[in-house]
Amino acid sequence: MNKKSRTNPSQSAGDQKFVTIALAGQPNVGKSTVFNMLTGLSQHVGNWPGKTVEQKTGKFTHNGNVVHLVDLPGTYSLTANSEEERITRDFIIREKPDAIVAIVNAASLERNLYLVAEMLMLPAPVVIGLNMTDVAEQHGIRVEPHVLEAALGAPVVPVVASKNQGLHKLIDAAERLAANPADFAPIRPAIRPEHEPILEQIRALIAGQVPSPYPEDWVALKLLEGDTEVAALIQQAAPQAWERVHALLMQHEDAYLDIAGGRYEWIERMVRAAVSKPRAGVITLTDRLDRVATHPFWGLVVLLAIFGLVFWLTYTVAMPIVDWLDTVAIFWIAEGARGILNFMPQWLISLVVDGLISGVGMVLALMPVLVVFFAVLGLLEDVGYLARSAYVMDRFMHWMGLHGRSFLPLFIGFGCNVPAVMGARIVEERRARLLTILLTPLVPCTARMAVIAFLAPAFFGERATLITWGLVTINMVLLALTGIVINRTVFKGAHVAFIMEMPLYHLPNARTIGLFVWNNTWAFIKKAGTIILFVSVIVWALAYFPAGDIQTSLLARMGRWLEPLGRPMGLADWRLVVALLSSFIAKENTIAVLGILYGAESELGLAQQVSGALSPAAALAFLVIQMTFIPCVATVAAIKQETGWRWTGFSVGLLLILSLCIGILTYQVACLAGL
Amino acid sequence: MADQNKDLQALSDLPTKRCALVRELRGGKDFANRMSALGFTPGTVVTAIQNYSHGPVLVTIKDVRIALGRGEALKVLVEVLPDEQEEQD
Repeated sequence: MNKKSRTNPSQSAGDQKFVTIALAGQPNVGKSTVFNMLTGLSQHVGNWPGKTVEQKTGKFTHNGNVVHLVDLPGTYSLTANSEEERITRDFIIREKPDAIVAIVNAASLERNLYLVAEMLMLPAPVVIGLNMTDVAEQHGIRVEPHVLEAALGAPVVPVVASKNQGLHKLIDAAERLAANPADFAPIRPAIRPEHEPILEQIRALIAGQVPSPYPEDWVALKLLEGDTEVAALIQQAAPQAWERVHALLMQHEDAYLDIAGGRYEWIERMVRAAVSKPRAGVITLTDRLDRVATHPFWGLVVLLAIFGLVFWLTYTVAMPIVDWLDTVAIFWIAEGARGILNFMPQWLISLVVDGLISGVGMVLALMPVLVVFFAVLGLLEDVGYLARSAYVMDRFMHWMGLHGRSFLPLFIGFGCNVPAVMGARIVEERRARLLTILLTPLVPCTARMAVIAFLAPAFFGERATLITWGLVTINMVLLALTGIVINRTVFKGAHVAFIMEMPLYHLPNARTIGLFVWNNTWAFIKKAGTIILFVSVIVWALAYFPAGDIQTSLLARMGRWLEPLGRPMGLADWRLVVALLSSFIAKENTIAVLGILYGAESELGLAQQVSGALSPAAALAFLVIQMTFIPCVATVAAIKQETGWRWTGFSVGLLLILSLCIGILTYQVACLAGL
Repeated sequence: MADQNKDLQALSDLPTKRCALVRELRGGKDFANRMSALGFTPGTVVTAIQNYSHGPVLVTIKDVRIALGRGEALKVLVEVLPDEQEEQD
């Protein structure tokens, strides 16, 4: 998936110029809105080469030039604290973009300029996009762009990205600097006078020995800041100089804190004249909303209400479309295909209709649910609520050795486990990210819930709702217990840091949400779609061969062979075992396979037949296992991509054992209870 | 950095609505690096927006709201500023 996304300049036609602009900024500055407004649908989402950090690139034409826009990860600084920070600075130093557009949030200018101050030390012209001036003004903060521009010596263009205002001028300014880099004469941040001599000494020690393309001044400053990556670079390139630099650094160990402090002092001097702030103590909209949204009790109530709303929307808006797709559209396509292929051999017709089309149907049927779910999620993210949910959940996540951030991917898991696993990237520490990924499959996704929504009424009639809530609760309890146990045993109870910015609340932007939905849904189609299709064909083959009858097929033989395993759980029917196994392809497969195996004519008939074959205790065990069984193949593929084979094996093994144990337990307890 | 005046206390003990000056970052270089980039540098004013005696803490620093886990807030040592409003009430 790491397609080389940098387009070859020679591709641009005729006298068109080709400009590479890097888009940089801290989190919560509206950077992705800027990116979406400029590139629209002509964007490519992938990974940074060899990294699990999302890379977005896009192309557009501006003043007759082709602009290649690279969205750098949102970072607070350029010290090698995280993967994102390393990617950002490596890109600027090594790939040498023609210009950097740094987006800053007018409402938190000083903090945002910290990153800009670091970028001014790198060899690329910087244009500052002063964004969210509208939000800032709502909060009583005014910024004078011209004053700021004069103070920094870098162009400052006011923009309101969400309304597509000023972006044209912003790119104009970037193109101008890209064409005439010599015009760029910023005022470079100074460090505190007392550190100047040490910095000078370091600079002298490493002079002429810094490997290209790293700028010497920057390397010297980073060494003083105690940057481990730059230290390793010099240690390797100039071992003798490093010895002396190291000795010098040891005498000034606390310098890194002073550098940050000094940088902020410099920023303060630069912005003092440009910013006017409200009196202290003014109560803003964000203050008022947060009194409820982040309250330990009311915040939880709000979160639960939003949860309820998400599911209500998913089921009332998406489910009717899913039903229509399932019963009308897929049926119509299948019949059409049958008609076209009727002169072909029987097995080929079956492959296309039962294998390929039912596979496509499955992907298609999940679409509406995912679209609704991602739309709500995108909305919550865009207004600034999502960070609050992480804050409210932090205290609970700590029980599992996780923190608030991990709540977000787990929440996405209710929609689909695949983006949830990928979403775990927002958790910085590797162990916490791993644990989050390991726990994700225990979050019942919409497909699992669809199976339950179908089977629970069939098995338990009026008590279906109660049973469904019970099943979800069991999953949540298992998730918490598994988290606690893994944290105590595998990860030895290590502490993870929770540091998260809470953005100001603001009005959502339709385009940002639209593109969020599009990118996520498209990523799902590409990743899960192809896998589901592939495995659908394999299962079709297992169920078709050797004789073209499922009752005597390879799949049936496997089921019969595994039947003894199902016995302690009350599942003394190979068809149920096969249905469970097939849920590995995609969770909603369970129903389709049960339909085929029981040879039912209609869904209603199937419900009656299946419930007739099972005692209530066995039915309950079946539902519990269905809810906790190994994740679908698309999720497993995502886990493999994010963590490697070892942890994927661990995850699958863990869930297999867990689901079988809980299945047996449920059946035995239910039998004792007389069900 | 080494102020010998005033008693320092952990940011996690700063009551809601009270202001303080950041004085010291404990807990290792990586943590201190991240925090100082976020604006937690010695001498900066930090205000507690929400601090119930358990769970995470919500503070404002340099016009930005930041949520800190209790463990993280414990590693930020601050000097509490006198509360003017309280005295007038």
